[in-house]
Amino acid sequence: MRIARITRNAEAKDSDPIDLNLITPLINKYQGKKGAIIPLLQGCQEIYGFLPRPAMEKIAKDCAINLSDMFGVATFYAQFRLNPVGKHIVKVCHGTACHVQNANAITEALEESLGIADGETTEDRLFTLESVACLGCCSLAPVMMIGDETYGKLTGNQAVRIVKNIRIAEKQSN
Amino acid sequence: MENTKVIVGLGSCGIAAGANKVYDKIAALKQADNLSFELKKTSCVGMCYREPLVEIQDDTGTYLYGEVDEDKIIEIIEKHINQHDPVKDFIVHTDLFKTIDNEYVDNQVKIALRNCGYIDPENIAEYEANHGYGAMFKIRDEKITQEQVIQNVLDSGLRGRGGGGFPTGMKWKFAYNSKSDEKYIICNADEGDPGAFMDRSLLEGDPHAVLEGMTIGAYAIGAHQGVIYCRAEYPLAIKRLQIAIDQAREKGYLGKNACGIEGFNFDMYIKEGAGAFVCGEETALMASIEGKRGMPRKRPPFPAVSGLWKKPTNINNVETWANIPWILLHGPEAYAQYGTEKSKGTKVFALAGKIKRSGLVEVPMGMTIRDVIFKLGGGIKDNKKFKAVQLGGPSGGCVPEYLADTIIDYDSVNATGAIMGSGGMVVMDESTCMVDVAKFFLDFTRKESCGKCTFCRIGTKRMLEILERITEGKGEEGDIERLEELAHQIKDSSLCGLGQTAPNPVLTTIKYFRHEYEAHIRDKKCPALVCKKLITYEVNPEKCTGCTVCAKNCPTNAISGERKEIHLIDKELCIQCGMCYTKCKFEAIKLS
Repeated sequence: MRIARITRNAEAKDSDPIDLNLITPLINKYQGKKGAIIPLLQGCQEIYGFLPRPAMEKIAKDCAINLSDMFGVATFYAQFRLNPVGKHIVKVCHGTACHVQNANAITEALEESLGIADGETTEDRLFTLESVACLGCCSLAPVMMIGDETYGKLTGNQAVRIVKNIRIAEKQSN
Repeated sequence: MENTKVIVGLGSCGIAAGANKVYDKIAALKQADNLSFELKKTSCVGMCYREPLVEIQDDTGTYLYGEVDEDKIIEIIEKHINQHDPVKDFIVHTDLFKTIDNEYVDNQVKIALRNCGYIDPENIAEYEANHGYGAMFKIRDEKITQEQVIQNVLDSGLRGRGGGGFPTGMKWKFAYNSKSDEKYIICNADEGDPGAFMDRSLLEGDPHAVLEGMTIGAYAIGAHQGVIYCRAEYPLAIKRLQIAIDQAREKGYLGKNACGIEGFNFDMYIKEGAGAFVCGEETALMASIEGKRGMPRKRPPFPAVSGLWKKPTNINNVETWANIPWILLHGPEAYAQYGTEKSKGTKVFALAGKIKRSGLVEVPMGMTIRDVIFKLGGGIKDNKKFKAVQLGGPSGGCVPEYLADTIIDYDSVNATGAIMGSGGMVVMDESTCMVDVAKFFLDFTRKESCGKCTFCRIGTKRMLEILERITEGKGEEGDIERLEELAHQIKDSSLCGLGQTAPNPVLTTIKYFRHEYEAHIRDKKCPALVCKKLITYEVNPEKCTGCTVCAKNCPTNAISGERKEIHLIDKELCIQCGMCYTKCKFEAIKLS
């Protein structure tokens, strides 16, 4: 569900080399099946974290799908990303329940702390900040989700602290 | 102690509140002390405001413990299990004595949610033990015909729970009457309405009920294939659905001669949605299953005639499907005993927002909105003043306090300008700005518009621009009328439900809260103190300690004052960013 799409970074690293062999099993699975574009794109994004153009071209060629059709589907649905994203995607819920309990304050606090705008990725590619519509945990509003972990009943300060702790943990593991 | 069961609620919100940690702790305690009770998992009980929840069933009765954490559970296990002395302070519900949450539980009638929070959703045997697949066996054993099944559903008066409210039996009849070698059954689980989580809880809590409902539907219309279209944002629901499908297949409830009915071949699979609100519209949903952009098309032909892959198709939403097995098993009269003349049965609502007890409730149709909010929901948080309730999400509207005695049925709710919708009920208090709420929903529909119809694509954008201006203090005389005009044009000229209903939040807020719009436009004031550009910030001299935090954080250096002296905000320099308000630890920044 989209509220704000992940915006295109000025210098998207299209040139980052990717291993196209990774998607061969995926192509074998869906080759010749009808209605396969969405699962193909979902599978591709699962592998690379986003939809790299060379991968889309390979899928189009091997599965005999028009690249334009794939692009049309990829840009229609909120789930698909055409650019690389950070290691951790910080999803701030902006559903109705969160909105009336000031989800904007969470996003603003994170924007300030991370130094990026909604939809952008930090320079170290650690965090991408994203607004989403409803994570379905309305009773815990306002809510954010990082990875599989959901954090509820937040304030701006708490959200910032959670993200800072993840950054510290990342530094220590390096 | 052998008969004692300890059951932990592991729905999405329970897990978010820490239920997994509690479960692990219980497992560790059980192992460490070699305790012999049975530790089990279930899903959402609906009392989301008390998560994590742990239920203990023993020889004396059933006890539900709320807001359990790793420390509390040690005490509960020690006292309740080892000393047979229930910890009354933590019990939120029991049949044995009155507790704080009795009203929440006792005013509900659970049909769709009959098993949610009671059975382990990942274990088919528990569903079977609660009459699971019993409706299908009844059809098989009593040789109930397709027509009779449809007649049962017609007689029950069940109407589509996704929001449309179209009689389910009629829909089935149309699909049944379409002759084709292939037909499809679809479950719409693309719950995109922000602020609603009924379908998620149902799928997580009782996936087999949905599967059985779909199987009954497939039998009735003669379908061979089922598809569950579920939001990808609900990973736990998808996981449990897949487990359920695999188990049902293994048991022979799906597949060739499904449920032992000769010649009835039916199977199903899950299709993950990719995040587009418009895919809740049935023709868009089918386009999405076919792998295309999820854009609605013109009807007719209706899906019952030409749907998925151009074959006759019947689509119902999760809650509708979950009701079906119960209706077949207990008879249409049993279902129709609840509700009003034109809206039978029960409805599940997701209570959220500024309400004390937010969670999932199932109530008989005909209850008043006020009863749901005050009797079940416990009233407004922090005892603030109840202002309005939003029903139906982006397609619905705000019902003001003075209409709260409206009863819940399709026609009564429609009469207020809101819609029943899928069951989102977001409660708003005096600190909610209705113009801001209208802007919020319009921003949502504007982004979710698929772009096919001009009025929906551009009209919503123009309306949003006007609302943005109003909330920024740049509103002009005539803006309200301009909004109304655009709203009616969008309603009249859009192809699908998304566009036709998108202006509802604006129209209802104008209808019931026109004075708030006027305050924004004429007086440049936001009465609820929400719209930032219309708020002025002041230092409350009684509370200011002179800690200088606000001054340090002010991006325009609009705050002056020495350490330990009362600070002052220069209104000329202030850009209403609200930073001082957020940073002040002493609540010394006043809004007006």
